[in-house]
Amino acid sequence: MARLTNDNVELAREIIGRYPRPKSALIPLLHLAQEQDGHLTDEAMAHIGELVGVSSAEVLGTASFYEMFKMETVGRYMVNICTNISCQLRGGEELLAHAEKTLGIRPGQTTSDGLFTLEDVECIAACTEAPCLQVNYRYEHRISNEGFDQLVNDLRAGRRSDIPSHGVLAEVRQHIPEDRRAGVVTPEDKAVPVWIAAAGEGDK
Amino acid sequence: MADSDVTPIDGVAVEINGVEVIAHKGELLIDAAERTGTYIPRFCYHERMKPVGMCRMCLVEVDTGRGPALQPSCMIECTPGMKADTESAVTKKAQDGILEFLLANHPLDCPVCDKGGECPLQDQTMAYGPGESRFVEEKRHKEKPIPISDLVLLDRERCILCDRCTRFAKDVAGDPLIHFIHRGNNTEVNTFPDEPFASYFSGNTVQICPVGALTASTYRFKARPWDLETTESTCQTCSVGCRISIDSSRDQVQRFAGVDIDPVNWGWLCDKGRFSSEVVTSDARLSVPLVRDGSGLVAAKWSDALNRFASALDNASSAQSIGVIGGSRLTNEDAYAWSKLFKGVLATDNVDAQLGDGLPAHVVLGLPSATIDEVCARGGTVLLLGPDVKEELPVLFLRLRHAVVEDGVTLVEVSPRSSGITSLAAASVHPRPGETADVVSALVGSAVIDREIAGVSAAELESARAALSAATGPITVVLGRASLAESATVTVAAASSILAARPDTTFLSALRRSNVRGALDMGLAPGLLPGRVTLEDGAEWYSEVWPAVPSATGLDTEGILRAAADGRIDVLVLLGADPLSDFPDADLAERGLTGARTVLAVDTALNSSSKRADIVLAAAGFAEKAGTTTNIEGRVSTLSQRVTPPGTSRADWMLAAEVSNRLGTDLGFENFADVLAEISAVAPAYLALDQAIAEGSPDGILLPLDVVVIIDEDDDDIVVVDETVTVSEDGAEVDVTADVVAEESDGDDPEGLIEIIADDSDVAGSMPPFVQFEPIDEIASPPVDSYGFRLVASRKLYDQGTLVQSAPSLSPLAPGSTVSLNPWEFDRLGVAAGGRAIVRTARASVNVTVQADAGVPRGVAAMIVNQADGRVSDLVSVDELVAEVRIETAP
Repeated sequence: MARLTNDNVELAREIIGRYPRPKSALIPLLHLAQEQDGHLTDEAMAHIGELVGVSSAEVLGTASFYEMFKMETVGRYMVNICTNISCQLRGGEELLAHAEKTLGIRPGQTTSDGLFTLEDVECIAACTEAPCLQVNYRYEHRISNEGFDQLVNDLRAGRRSDIPSHGVLAEVRQHIPEDRRAGVVTPEDKAVPVWIAAAGEGDK
Repeated sequence: MADSDVTPIDGVAVEINGVEVIAHKGELLIDAAERTGTYIPRFCYHERMKPVGMCRMCLVEVDTGRGPALQPSCMIECTPGMKADTESAVTKKAQDGILEFLLANHPLDCPVCDKGGECPLQDQTMAYGPGESRFVEEKRHKEKPIPISDLVLLDRERCILCDRCTRFAKDVAGDPLIHFIHRGNNTEVNTFPDEPFASYFSGNTVQICPVGALTASTYRFKARPWDLETTESTCQTCSVGCRISIDSSRDQVQRFAGVDIDPVNWGWLCDKGRFSSEVVTSDARLSVPLVRDGSGLVAAKWSDALNRFASALDNASSAQSIGVIGGSRLTNEDAYAWSKLFKGVLATDNVDAQLGDGLPAHVVLGLPSATIDEVCARGGTVLLLGPDVKEELPVLFLRLRHAVVEDGVTLVEVSPRSSGITSLAAASVHPRPGETADVVSALVGSAVIDREIAGVSAAELESARAALSAATGPITVVLGRASLAESATVTVAAASSILAARPDTTFLSALRRSNVRGALDMGLAPGLLPGRVTLEDGAEWYSEVWPAVPSATGLDTEGILRAAADGRIDVLVLLGADPLSDFPDADLAERGLTGARTVLAVDTALNSSSKRADIVLAAAGFAEKAGTTTNIEGRVSTLSQRVTPPGTSRADWMLAAEVSNRLGTDLGFENFADVLAEISAVAPAYLALDQAIAEGSPDGILLPLDVVVIIDEDDDDIVVVDETVTVSEDGAEVDVTADVVAEESDGDDPEGLIEIIADDSDVAGSMPPFVQFEPIDEIASPPVDSYGFRLVASRKLYDQGTLVQSAPSLSPLAPGSTVSLNPWEFDRLGVAAGGRAIVRTARASVNVTVQADAGVPRGVAAMIVNQADGRVSDLVSVDELVAEVRIETAP
């Protein structure tokens, strides 16, 4: 839990090699450090500064702009519950309240066993699946209170090997079932919305 | 106002508030407006840094043909036909709005803020802002000042995020240790955790902060700006000669600030200079003279001390048995007065302002000289052959850094180890100590280098040689002593080979001590007389104005100490010198000080050498006396008195005059202006100086002046006139102009600048020529001892010197003694970073902490001069060209 490990330094050098200027590799290297330690340690930031040739203060200046780089220890699982409009309409806030009760913490806090950190987030782009949440940026769609408890139990019991610890990068993609996707619909194929039809403007 | 039909070729006609003005090509609107009398308010814009357009305070309505729109005037260059309105309703509303926003979270704790009274935010709110705020919400609160370094505190509530300090740190100083963090709604300036803003230039951020967010620990709550009395002067901490302002309140110096002059410091100061304001008020200052009785040094009456001082000199067995060391602490007037006393009254030539840590006077004064501006000129090529400028002459480092980063200057460094400027150099080679001259002579040659020299590979050498060869014009050389463990002869040999290969090269000497150049100019060196003339050439000239002249060239500091050690010095005078700490060979200094029969000291505070003196005269120091000083370029600028000297201490020139009176000779000085008048009447390089100073020159004056000298045949009086002055000749007032005089000239013409007129050609012929550089032949390299290390003894900005140790804020910053080695050496030596090692020479050994430093070449041991524990000068012998040491693990 400090500077980058030898393996990661090797990886860092390879990443730096992909850019014309070493300092362009700063953000990928911050991800690497967060993957290593779960958050960004001061030592790792200083080490990255050495590797790309900028001062530690400049590394911190860049890293601290991004919410998803954590400067302090967070739980193994970062639970982000959306309370933006679609989720709010479909019970996002109730889900958050339930999560607070289940985990015994407020947003921004970490459970005493160091497993969960709860966060209240803005729209995470899964409005058709409201209410939704992310665990370490992996999606859980249309989640009910019971579903949430099940999720927490599964994580505690180590049954969710698909969700690695916080900081581990992956190509995070949403997998929304085919039938629930908005898809591509041409305007001609769309039904006239009721509020437009009611005003008598629908028939062209 | 220029007529619009006659626009100068490189001028741009713009209209500001309905008045046409001519801007320079590429000039920013904010600058053009200010230059022509229209001030546009600003916070983030600083004329010595690149604009960023952060604060939006300089928004003005600008019309470039597409209709008026608000634009930040610090971000737009003047273009032909541009119309700007800095007073329109739209502009005023914008200024009003920006200030209201800036004040929304500003704490308005002006009554307890150091900046209150001189605060741009306060002033501009008064001038341009709203009378009242509409914000009633709670302001942000942050922890009140947090220290971001030992010297600077940050109050984030007051910060308006103008980016001045962070830009300074990154762009000017090259120490990006402060930065914006948590950018967005919670942006603040801060350092990285546990990594303080330990820049040598941190104090500048306090000066340029447009609010009270950054304050200096030395000045917090000390004074209010409206109580301060301010005088401009010239910093005497090193010999760069930065222009400063001295602020005092209640007759106490409170702070120094940088003053922007083009040729030298551009408004910047180093922290050592800025915070040396504490030295003036230090408890260590001497306020009364001291004389030694049975119990040690005790306070004495001035009459007693001066009588004893004079009789000690009077009782010396011969002029040769008097030795004088030091003088760089002095003003030019002080130095001249002492010079006149010792050389012109007592006729001793054993006088040296340098302590064996500088360069011979003929090198400093005789080489073709370059100014800082010439060294830093756009597109030039500079060979740095000297000390780490960041450690010794910090503001010269800032100028060089700007020259390399912004002005395309090519820097080639030859130094025994990497330095603070190495990362900026196009090529940097580190020859084995003692063999620098061989490398330099190859680098300035035209032949391709295909072999290793002095431990530097052929490839590295060739790349440095190529960089020098690519210079389109003459190169400039910054010349000094990189290591006190290496003889000055090596530097002289290197300079000789440069001048032989490239005769058009010019040099800037990188001497460190405050007014060392002025002291040399005033003749405080063996074989030298005031005004940059040698004793040999100037003896006749001075025999007409001084009671006596030394009969032969005397000893330098090394010679004086050797003579003293052999019992041949009756009186050793220390003019602010501390040979025990500063002479490179501590053993010789010790023997010299012990061997001298009587030691007299004149100083502002006791140091380790003057503590052992028999009589110590208390001298007035910086800010306590008026005078002039000469910087490394030979630029003379003024020193001003701001406060009363402590106790009864007085200026050195007065002391010299008092001592001289007691010896039966009146030096003829009643105030410092008398001394200056005499200097400018008799010292050849300084002719007519007082007149130039009277005319005022904030940038300082480069000597010699372009003047006319008339030597009256009747009474041998020297009359100096400039081009249009009326002089008295044969009792009649006659207008003499330079042209007329030049036509009639039959005098000597040392550098084509000074015209000498006299009917009596014997008198005219006596005007001595200036000192010439005396080149030396190549020197033999010492044999390589493969078991040993060559010692490099260089300086850090903060050391155990009297100045740093008299400033409570600076003294803890001295790093302490270490030996830096290349980590590759660790295994064979069995030492480790952080461990202890013994550095041993034939005569002594010191036990110091080991540091790993990849910038130190293999086979080299780098140590820092004058630090606590383990003095390097114990190891060095002036008999050796270079010091060889062995490194052993400490038991």
